[in-house]
Amino acid sequence: MTAIDAHRTIDAIWRIESTRLIAGLARMVRDVGLAEDLAQDALLIALEKWPETGIPDKPGAWLMAAAKRRAIDQMRRKKRLERKYEELGRESESNVEPSEFDAVLEGDIGDDILRLIFTTCHPILSSDARVALTLRLLGGLTTQEIARAFLVPEPTVAQRIVRAKRTLAEARVPFEMPEGADREARLASVLEVIYLMFNEGYVATSGGSWLKPTLCFEALRLGRILAAAAPDEPEVHGLVALMEIQSSRFKARVGPTGEPILLMDQNRGQWDHLLIRRGLAALERAEKLGRPFGPYALQAAIAACHARAGTAGETNWIRIAALYDALSRVAPSPVVEINRAVALSMAFGPEVGLEVVDALAAEPSLKEYPLLPGVRGDLLAKLGRNEEASGEFLRAAELTRNERERGILLKRAAECGGYDEIPDSEEKQS
Amino acid sequence: MQFMMIVKATKDSEAGKPPSLELINAMMKYNEELAKAGVLVAGQGLHPSSDSIRISYPEPGGKPKVTDGPFTESKELIAGFTIIEVSSREEAIEWAMRMPDPHGFGEGQIELRQIFEPEELTQDPEALAKEAALRERVERSRKA
Repeated sequence: MTAIDAHRTIDAIWRIESTRLIAGLARMVRDVGLAEDLAQDALLIALEKWPETGIPDKPGAWLMAAAKRRAIDQMRRKKRLERKYEELGRESESNVEPSEFDAVLEGDIGDDILRLIFTTCHPILSSDARVALTLRLLGGLTTQEIARAFLVPEPTVAQRIVRAKRTLAEARVPFEMPEGADREARLASVLEVIYLMFNEGYVATSGGSWLKPTLCFEALRLGRILAAAAPDEPEVHGLVALMEIQSSRFKARVGPTGEPILLMDQNRGQWDHLLIRRGLAALERAEKLGRPFGPYALQAAIAACHARAGTAGETNWIRIAALYDALSRVAPSPVVEINRAVALSMAFGPEVGLEVVDALAAEPSLKEYPLLPGVRGDLLAKLGRNEEASGEFLRAAELTRNERERGILLKRAAECGGYDEIPDSEEKQS
Repeated sequence: MQFMMIVKATKDSEAGKPPSLELINAMMKYNEELAKAGVLVAGQGLHPSSDSIRISYPEPGGKPKVTDGPFTESKELIAGFTIIEVSSREEAIEWAMRMPDPHGFGEGQIELRQIFEPEELTQDPEALAKEAALRERVERSRKA
């Protein structure tokens, strides 16, 4: 094996092992920053030794053993220090019996992974910091990889991570499972981080690209890990279902020259039906838990309506409109209202949708939001009010930061302005 | 990127002999590991080829020929597959290496194949041209 091959293999092993390594260590040392340092130390030792000795049979156990030796060394050093201060009688909080490390290696690490993700997604951190720290500690991504995924300079990400670890340590955030009402809020924060990550990948809001799959892949992987570790949370399954179904459309959502293809125009034969099946199964698991649907499960149920329709014409818009009604009660937002308007227009006609959209005209948070004029333009065009529609499309084109989307909107504006006939507009934003 | 780990058939799997309890447990544990790591996409076992049919086209443009199983060359047959989604080829190899020996007795064989990604499919200039032509035709028929 060449040194380069060995390093690539070690990278792959790191991807597989780092999460449970860090999670297990964090439980022992009660500090995620220190846990990552220890794991990184173990990785460095592996990078030095494995190219010569070959990869051990159980690389995970090897890395844990190496990290454990480092931890014990550090503790001994600390103890010696403590002795010097003649504090022999008092047990240090960070004192860990070496045998506990073996228990970590053998036991179920699901709970440790949950504790870890609850910590990296702690509300005390900014959302940028949460995402970066989660990708780093749970996804095993390097700072460089995270920087590349977000198109930001590497030092920015490095600084975010360092600061996040410091904040957690300074606030003495305990490495534990939140209980009761706190658990719900903390879980919401975890789900938010994962979905943010996914969306960042799914719709790159600026630049020419509609595909940024690394983040989607990482979010999906984290979601799947979370579902395995917390199988009793319907919203976790809901989020996984939502991401699986949205991912199923990757191939169909971009045309051969990179132009976006909207949901209703996509070739459904290109949808990944394996992912759809996984999504529907996850939604079923959420349903079986028998608790009312939260925002993620509701969005997944909406995505499932599209996934189940063999053709765009078979879409059950009445059910989708009802699900948006439920969503607007559970998680009311102007964006949900826009989508509800679209669903209502598809189910009951454009004038019904327009009523809802017009009620949003004064909404301050939507002032800069291209979807509102985009949808309004679409509904107006369907009603034959072409001149007004054209103006709305132009306004949407001005607001959007996605170049390809701007192209489509300008084209629609020209079509509405230039011809008297009602344009064939099955396109719809959803 | 997705990979398919294909478990090749053996005399035992072709004879419909169920795997040992030990192997079943090891496989379950392995699948659990895949699920916990968030990489498991799908996995299925297949009936022996005695239940299968083969459809072949001996003459280009001719009628298909249907042959009933079983088929003899067991090394060419598959007994099951697992699809994983990982971030690199090395990671896929690492997972494949961890799969338990599927049958033992010196016959176990796993083949690792990468599944095409959407980008790979659309980057092929020939496929691009074909798809563009197809879309144009659809567009024209729509307008007509």
